[in-house]
Amino acid sequence: MTLETDAMSDLPPAATATAPKATRPLFWSVRRELWENRSLYFAPATVSAVMLIAMVIGVGRILAAHPDLSRHDAPNPAMLALPYDFAAVAIMLTSFIVAIFYCLGALHNERRDRSILFWKSLPVSDATAVLSKALVPLAVLPAIAYVTTVVTQLVILLLSMVAGAVAGLPASTWMQTPFGDLTLVLVYGLVTQTLWLAPFWGWLLLVSAWSRRAPFLWAFLPPLAVCLVEKVALGSSHFADLLGYRIGGGFHEAFVEPMRNVVRTTGPHMVVNGSPFPQVGVGDLDPARFILAPGLWAGLAVAVAFFFGAVWLRRRREPI
Amino acid sequence: MACIEARGLRKTYGTTVALDGVDLRIEEGRIVGLIGPNGAGKSTALNAILGLTAYEGELKVLGRNPWTERNRLMTDVCFIADVAVLPRWMKVSQALDYVAGVHPRFDRARAEGFLARTTIKRTSRIRELSKGMVTQLHLALVMAIDAKLLVLDEPTLGLDLLYRKQFYDTLLNDYFDHTRTVIVTTHQVEEVQDILTDVMFIDRGRIALDCSMEAFETRYLELMALPEHAAAARALGPMSERQVFGRSILIYDGVARERLAPLGEVRTPSIADLFVAVMGGKSAPQPQGAEGTAA
Repeated sequence: MTLETDAMSDLPPAATATAPKATRPLFWSVRRELWENRSLYFAPATVSAVMLIAMVIGVGRILAAHPDLSRHDAPNPAMLALPYDFAAVAIMLTSFIVAIFYCLGALHNERRDRSILFWKSLPVSDATAVLSKALVPLAVLPAIAYVTTVVTQLVILLLSMVAGAVAGLPASTWMQTPFGDLTLVLVYGLVTQTLWLAPFWGWLLLVSAWSRRAPFLWAFLPPLAVCLVEKVALGSSHFADLLGYRIGGGFHEAFVEPMRNVVRTTGPHMVVNGSPFPQVGVGDLDPARFILAPGLWAGLAVAVAFFFGAVWLRRRREPI
Repeated sequence: MACIEARGLRKTYGTTVALDGVDLRIEEGRIVGLIGPNGAGKSTALNAILGLTAYEGELKVLGRNPWTERNRLMTDVCFIADVAVLPRWMKVSQALDYVAGVHPRFDRARAEGFLARTTIKRTSRIRELSKGMVTQLHLALVMAIDAKLLVLDEPTLGLDLLYRKQFYDTLLNDYFDHTRTVIVTTHQVEEVQDILTDVMFIDRGRIALDCSMEAFETRYLELMALPEHAAAARALGPMSERQVFGRSILIYDGVARERLAPLGEVRTPSIADLFVAVMGGKSAPQPQGAEGTAA
């Protein structure tokens, strides 16, 4: 039996005596998620780019039709804010869809490609691993949505100023755009909706950790089946109402009577123009009501339960 | 202190018994080959040792319960479970960054040193590497971790001969230092025979053989009997007999070399042949040749 070392002495000696280094498992695990899922930032960026290109074309058409806009009335602030709102809504919606697909794959794909055996060979606990994945819809994606939206809005502002200068609009026109409101509503909206949807993300992660195949179907069909069975068997729709409240109720709880605002701020003129986007201002936020909503806290409790369920499953489930 | 100590280790999946009361003790600084047929319980045993699966019975790895203390254990234990489990989307540089970021005992310079000997590029994605290169990368990562226990489950499955040879050479020359413990399972038994210090056969959830290679070499002998001594050789009670090119080859357990030497050529059997002798007697029918030549 030969145990002599041969001419491999070009290698540094084994670090048998060195003290263990400090590590940051959570930080690196979140980075790992960004490495693997580039759609987390590519998708919002692409939507933003496509929207900006569309706006350039649209503004070009308006300028071609009305070379001198200075003779028209100055636009009202709500109308000025419209493209910014449009950008924010489109990017938030994109993040929402990206988050759904991300969560369903997060604990499923690593079992399917067996890479979970590599992750588990490293000193990263299941709780840390699942937490890093939960942080993506809870913190990383909202942050990406925020940054993408603000950058997009700055580009829109720049575009507007250039187009306005060409068309002879005074620069003061843009000063009326309610940027403070826009940013505050954006941050508030992202925070409240993320917290409100936490159990939804938790559910998707749980299904991702549990299902052997087709996590998408397992996530959405059983709740749908429960709704149908309840409707057919009992004639009621409590479960459907509960789910509807969870998906849409966040806006209801976080803002003052949203529907009335839509009518008030958009006004008949914009509705005629076919624009369905409500203009929400700072006065429409209702943080106190949101914080006190039992639905928020019940949802967070369920989210925590789903989170620990996902950790429990990741500990025990084997590669598929 | 024993690196691994198990008493009455049991694991069942429904009605299937994967581990049926395994007792074993592996000392520090050994290279142990865990040999067994498919479904014998090798992977289950390794999964229990690595804290990947719950079990019944007593099991201590480096003095810890691997199921309840897994998080702390994984700082000192490393494993290559199966081949090609490195995530295909990852870049080589990201793999290095990640392991360096989460493992307190990872020596990045050492991993870079191993990689410098290969043709693996830092910017490549793992999906672009050949199977052999992925294994080289995994080995480079693992060998740069100052672990006390390394578990290798079929580490060379699907690799060509050159990579397989290189894998074990590298492991022996650059990693093993008599304080670390290595457990390896493989079907390519002949390739690990020379590097093992201990060998264990596992069959149907039980340890069928457990001995050091020194003991192996003194205890088991293989005799290539001269035709005229075949009957005398058989009279000494061989574990098994097989025919190769018309000559009887018999394996003995605990028969003195001096008694066998006059009957033909004596040598240490290969682990593979002993494995067949130990396992074959129980599950396969007796070789035909034994009857044929006796007549």
